[in-house]
Amino acid sequence: MEPVPPGVVRAIGGRFVDWLPALAVFALGLALWQGLTTAFNVQTFLLPKPTDIATAFWNDRGTLWDYGLYTLKEAAGGFAMGCSAGILVALLLARFRGLGLALLPFAIAANAIPIIAFAPITNNWFGLLNPVSKMVIAAVLCFFPTMINTLRGLTSVHPSSIELMRSYGGGELAVFRRVRIPNALPFMFTGLKVSAVLSMIGAIVGEYFGGPTNALGVSILNDSQLFDFPRAWAGIMLASAFGIAFYAAVSVAERLTTSWHPSARTFRSE
Amino acid sequence: MSVPGRVVSISGLTKSFKTGVTALQEIDLDIRPGEFVSLIGPSGCGKSTLLRIVGDLVQPTSGTVLVNGKTAHRARLDHDYGIVFQDSVLYDWRTVSRNVSLPLEMLGWSRARRKERVREMLELVELTGFESNRPWQLSGGMQQRVSIARALSFDPALLLMDEPFGALDEMTRERLNMELLRIWEKAASTIVFVTHSIPEAVFLSTRVVVMSARPGRIADVVAVDLPQPRGAETREQPRFFELVTAVREALAAGGRGQPAPTLPAGTEERY
Ligand SMILES: Nc1ncnc2c1ncn2[C@@H]1O[C@H](COP(=O)(O)OP(=O)(O)OP(=O)(O)O)[C@@H](O)[C@H]1O
Ligand SMILES: [Mg+2]
Repeated sequence: MEPVPPGVVRAIGGRFVDWLPALAVFALGLALWQGLTTAFNVQTFLLPKPTDIATAFWNDRGTLWDYGLYTLKEAAGGFAMGCSAGILVALLLARFRGLGLALLPFAIAANAIPIIAFAPITNNWFGLLNPVSKMVIAAVLCFFPTMINTLRGLTSVHPSSIELMRSYGGGELAVFRRVRIPNALPFMFTGLKVSAVLSMIGAIVGEYFGGPTNALGVSILNDSQLFDFPRAWAGIMLASAFGIAFYAAVSVAERLTTSWHPSARTFRSE
Repeated sequence: MSVPGRVVSISGLTKSFKTGVTALQEIDLDIRPGEFVSLIGPSGCGKSTLLRIVGDLVQPTSGTVLVNGKTAHRARLDHDYGIVFQDSVLYDWRTVSRNVSLPLEMLGWSRARRKERVREMLELVELTGFESNRPWQLSGGMQQRVSIARALSFDPALLLMDEPFGALDEMTRERLNMELLRIWEKAASTIVFVTHSIPEAVFLSTRVVVMSARPGRIADVVAVDLPQPRGAETREQPRFFELVTAVREALAAGGRGQPAPTLPAGTEERY
């Protein structure tokens, strides 16, 4: 591996100043939410005040956090399964063009299927309480974006880049190792970032169709059925936070591995 | 049917593309070891295509190409070629020095040997200090110099260069011309060089192959009998200007699609 260029560390950490506008908007949004719900006396079952949600979270923080971790593990498991399958299939389709022509139409058609609708079925297949039932839903959601983006990266290589490899007597393996795969990395990460978000959605929705009581989705569902809306909202907020954290983790991995990409120039042109 | 003492032996070469364009027609050309042959001709006359066919990157429609007595395919697998493409073709995911060391990696050189050679090559093309830059952080001319360093790095038997100095300023160009001649003498390599510049072709070459367009043919071959080694004074010799004129007239004649007029002494091997 190459040494990490100095600019990257800063790109990950980010300068605090760069985050100020976003933080300001976030604070303003919260303040508006709090102000409007108080001013118009909005009912809690419609939209609880941020302070109520925060209190509900704080009172139950240990339990909710554990529920969140459980769901995050399901999401991460599904992400790992779906994305590795997607990358593998992309490599095969890029290597064997005939296979791609034969299978791609089906993959695209399958992508149009609302996969979430299968959640009750996978619950039935693997068991309500088995985390695999949620992982499979998450995995199926992750597969397509990862596969199609990686495939595009593997195939959208400038012909002269391949000619150069050939001029050195390099065969198909060398072309993959030294040209197609590095070229595909930025594309693959686009797919992985989409997948990180989708995997969290898959796990939560899978849990809405039934799961163990220590899962965040089940907890949110139960709370809303028991009219404990602030706690349900706290669960939703936590799910969002985990989803964002997952996305951010993938972004950091992206910056570390594809800092060479011209699009990284804004981060390292000092 | 290998011709002894020929690095490149092309006979009856024709290339038609699927689009219906006949890029090259009935090309016959022999290149001896240690020759420096320039290809010159109007844009689109098939110079790049000819270079690609010699390098076994494009298959001819008919005719044969032998390189060092082998098929072009065999020569390619034997690492006989160093190619400088018309566009520099650098990998963004590699630093400048790792772009230069790419062919060395593929030849299985040790890390220490690669490092030393990369340093030498970057010094040669005056890019010392840019080792860890990315290609997109360099100017077009600098990128082209990286690709020249890369092609020269492993002392290939046959250098195929497609307008390598096209993107450079006149000063750098003349300096790299001198460097290229020095390398050519030292490494005793054979060079096929595509250019649009008549003085450059005459200055560098032992022979200038003048091509005509649509379909691409060899209109004339001008032997350059300027003394070796060449230097700044070469460009001031009367013979230099005579040869420049000869090539210019051959080009003009080829462009009109008429047989070339009788050429001054020193011109030989038509077709
Ligand atoms: N892959 C291809 N498919 C179809 N036609 C091609 C292909 N490559 C080249 N040609 C055609 O072959 C002809 C010769 O092209 P080539 O690139 O060899 O010209 P050239 O002499 O190098 O021109 P220039 O000096 O502008 O670089 C052109 O008419 C071009 O359109
Ligand atoms: Mg060309």
